[in-house]
Amino acid sequence: SSNEHKLNFKKSKEACLSYIQDALLQKQWKRAAEFLTCYVESLEKDYSREHIGPSEMIWRIGTEILWHHSQSSMKEFNCFMEQMKTLGVKRYLKVCLEHVFHLLCNGQIDEAYQNLSLAESWRFGEQTAIQDKEMKLIQAYRGLLDYCSWSKQKNILLEQGEDGFSDLAVEQEMHGYFRKAAVNLKEIIKIPGVWDVFVKCYVDLLEFYGDHNEARQVLNEYAYNSKFPANPNAHVYLYQFLKRQGESKKSLISALKILHDIVPSHELMIDFNTMLQKSKKRKKRRLGLEVIFAVLDYAGWKENAKAWSCLARQVKQIVISEKHLDWIKQEWNSRKDWWPAFHFSRYLAKRNWQENKSLSYEKALVAGILLGKDCKYFKYVSHQGCKAQLKRFRMLKKFVTRHNPVYLRISG
Amino acid sequence: RDFNERCAQCSEVNWGLTDGGRFYCRSCHNVTERTREVVNTDFITNSRVQRISKGLKKQEKNDGGCEWYICEGFQLVLKKQVEALEALGVCPQMKDEILCNFWRCYLQKSKQAYCKRPAGETVKALSVCESSTDVDSDPERPSLLHLLSLSESEGDLQTDCSFASSVSKVSESTSVYSGSVDGSLYLMKNQKEKLRMTMPMTLSFCYMALLWVREPITLSELLRFVVEGHIPYLNVFQHFPEKMKICGLDLKIFCVESWPVYEEVFNKMHELAAFLDLPRFPDITESCFLHPDMLCMKYLMEANLPDELHNWTCRVVKKIGIGEVDFLTLMPGNKSTRKVKYDVLAAAVIVVVLKLLFLLDDHYEWLLSEFAEERNKNNTEGGPYFEFKRWYEVVKHSLDAEQKKLDEERAKYLWRCERPLFYSVKNKSKALKRRQMVVNLQNQFGKLSGSVRCAEKPNPSSFQLSWSEENPDGSCFHGHSLKGILKEKCGLLTAMNPDYWLCTVKLCNEKLCGHLAHYREVEFPQSYHFVLRLFSFLLRIQPSYIHDEVCMIEHKLFNKKLCKKLKYNTVLRK
Repeated sequence: SSNEHKLNFKKSKEACLSYIQDALLQKQWKRAAEFLTCYVESLEKDYSREHIGPSEMIWRIGTEILWHHSQSSMKEFNCFMEQMKTLGVKRYLKVCLEHVFHLLCNGQIDEAYQNLSLAESWRFGEQTAIQDKEMKLIQAYRGLLDYCSWSKQKNILLEQGEDGFSDLAVEQEMHGYFRKAAVNLKEIIKIPGVWDVFVKCYVDLLEFYGDHNEARQVLNEYAYNSKFPANPNAHVYLYQFLKRQGESKKSLISALKILHDIVPSHELMIDFNTMLQKSKKRKKRRLGLEVIFAVLDYAGWKENAKAWSCLARQVKQIVISEKHLDWIKQEWNSRKDWWPAFHFSRYLAKRNWQENKSLSYEKALVAGILLGKDCKYFKYVSHQGCKAQLKRFRMLKKFVTRHNPVYLRISG
Repeated sequence: RDFNERCAQCSEVNWGLTDGGRFYCRSCHNVTERTREVVNTDFITNSRVQRISKGLKKQEKNDGGCEWYICEGFQLVLKKQVEALEALGVCPQMKDEILCNFWRCYLQKSKQAYCKRPAGETVKALSVCESSTDVDSDPERPSLLHLLSLSESEGDLQTDCSFASSVSKVSESTSVYSGSVDGSLYLMKNQKEKLRMTMPMTLSFCYMALLWVREPITLSELLRFVVEGHIPYLNVFQHFPEKMKICGLDLKIFCVESWPVYEEVFNKMHELAAFLDLPRFPDITESCFLHPDMLCMKYLMEANLPDELHNWTCRVVKKIGIGEVDFLTLMPGNKSTRKVKYDVLAAAVIVVVLKLLFLLDDHYEWLLSEFAEERNKNNTEGGPYFEFKRWYEVVKHSLDAEQKKLDEERAKYLWRCERPLFYSVKNKSKALKRRQMVVNLQNQFGKLSGSVRCAEKPNPSSFQLSWSEENPDGSCFHGHSLKGILKEKCGLLTAMNPDYWLCTVKLCNEKLCGHLAHYREVEFPQSYHFVLRLFSFLLRIQPSYIHDEVCMIEHKLFNKKLCKKLKYNTVLRK
């Protein structure tokens, strides 16, 4: 048991690491540097059994310190990164990539590009094949930077076009960047993953050059290929593309359906509901109601007048038509226990009235239908509205009172 | 070592040393008048200590290295250590007379020197550059991995994969590779037979010599000086001469990666004393620094406790007989006497005294403290009464601060040194590159550190905590009185506290589990733990060691009562 307390190299360095960790968490960069200075000699010891070895630790910790320390310069940072690249060949491309990220964060686009090019040309026996994924990423980011250059050239061209000039050289350059970017971006998005920025840029390029088919295919792949991780943005991009292309409502709706399933509180749900409400198909209208109710389950939408107006409109329309009241009943069933306290408390009535009359109007309508004219919310708001002699509130009161039996049918 | 004259009587060259320090011939027991002179323990390239069988290569090699044996390396280490001790103020005889003779005696007993080489044992000289091609054909030759697994418990060198893997991949068969001549042989030797030398054992040697001369340095102090860097230990091989190449298996022997543990050094010392057939050590008497009365006084001062407690420690010491000369003095090889840890013993005595006077059950001591506080408030004449609470606050504050400093220092130890270490020639360039990178990084981040890392070691001091009576805030308790907690009974001062609780009712069998008791913090009062923690810090040992000694003392003290009452958790009345 005396061996447990033996202070040895390993324990000493473990303790050192925990001091570094504390210092980093408290943003005490000087102190972290102090302890790191003592830790670096771990490099001379073999840790091949450990999960994370000292060279990786030093790379990550050193990066943090040099990035944040007030006395550290970009030059020192770069010098450090170069050293880290030599430390572990198995990590070479990763280190290059992260170095590039830092350069980009610091606005050094050209240096970043140079580093990417350099990394791309790296070869090291079997390591090259092992680090294939990182290599693809490096190529992808170079493609991204090529896209940025393309974009710049494009803007120049557009400006010149306005002035009536047209510079062939600029145009050629632009096309050159396009080709370079397209090749690399296309490659990376073939691999299952989350590539939002790459996809967006690639689609942008394709659209500019009129290759809409390819763009559509790329977006469909990205959204619907089950090998790719579920990604709400994929559906958003597809939807936006389809909208730009002027596609039919039918295809727009089908693009948003999955988004509703994944992220019911997404901001596009408002558009979705609007489209669905107007549909001639009953199923679609039914879905619309489901969608808008789901949106308002989320706290972030509580005070959104637009969302409430969508719900109010649809509920009103259903009540007037006296058809499909069971739809409302179904939706309300799972919500009647908690929506009253969540949305329709007296406190909220006061607050909504004070802050946003339109919001309170829409909500009052919904409350009146769902909870009857005697509910707290409706009573307060309609009373205030009538007191203030606002016409629409008088209309509202009349409407709800007339349709009060509906509430009984819904709640029963 | 240099005494190579032939014996006048029998013409043999086979010398030993008498206790009086004279040379005598082992063959015919002729005692000479020659006393050992001041021995030059410098490493001499061409001297041969033992008669070695044939097969040696030439002595100077092409790469500037030379042949050297492991024991020569250790000799250098000891030399450095004892010189450091001298610098600390230890008497110079320790180096030239005591340690030197112990060492020679050891060499002789372990048949590394001063003796005829036993027949059949040959030293295969493996040069650094040589690569023997017939490794596989020799079944006796141990494989490298086998050697690696013969572990000393020091450091992680044996688990060093790169070493094992790099060697196993080596196509040329330089399997038993070391800079020294007998590195591999050394590791192979059966350690139980001949008490193989290790780095921690060098400290055992030092401690043994210190004990012989009765220097006022305890083992815990010695080890603390080692850790603080006043005594070379960690990278002492960097002082070996350039031509002594250290690589390969030598690293396993000389390159330590852990600090020596008290128990290990202590036990080894006793083994060593027995192995060397040493006689009874010089007496530890009452005037000796290592006597519990003296050490208690020192520790009481350091713990900021009232001087009056010393009377009590002396009483306890006397009552249980641990102040007797025969108890304290070391008799090597005597298995019946308990080996005495002077420092731990003294600390444990103080703990027992505190328990006697204050009970330390997390209630009574605070109660007493309140009374004392009351009295001190109302009565300022005469000295202040000792208040446990105030003492606790003051000492805890300092202890926590020092402990925190110590913990940080431990995390900041630098284990490596400039002299590069590598296991094989193949490894060398990689090791050098790594070293360079480490130095670069140290420079880079060193500049970004807040404060400059002080290159100076603090001066070695015997006292880690000091309290001054001149301090106006009254944080020194040496002069405080124990009157508030004592009463008179039959003309004798006795404690007001009538109770005592035993740390353990039954002692464990030390031989079976290595301890007298098993300390777990949660099972004991916090005040008790605090006191253990205090001395644990001062002595740099685990609280459980002190706890063991406390148990031992208690059982001696309450021996009679224990025999009668064996009920568990009984509170005994004194």
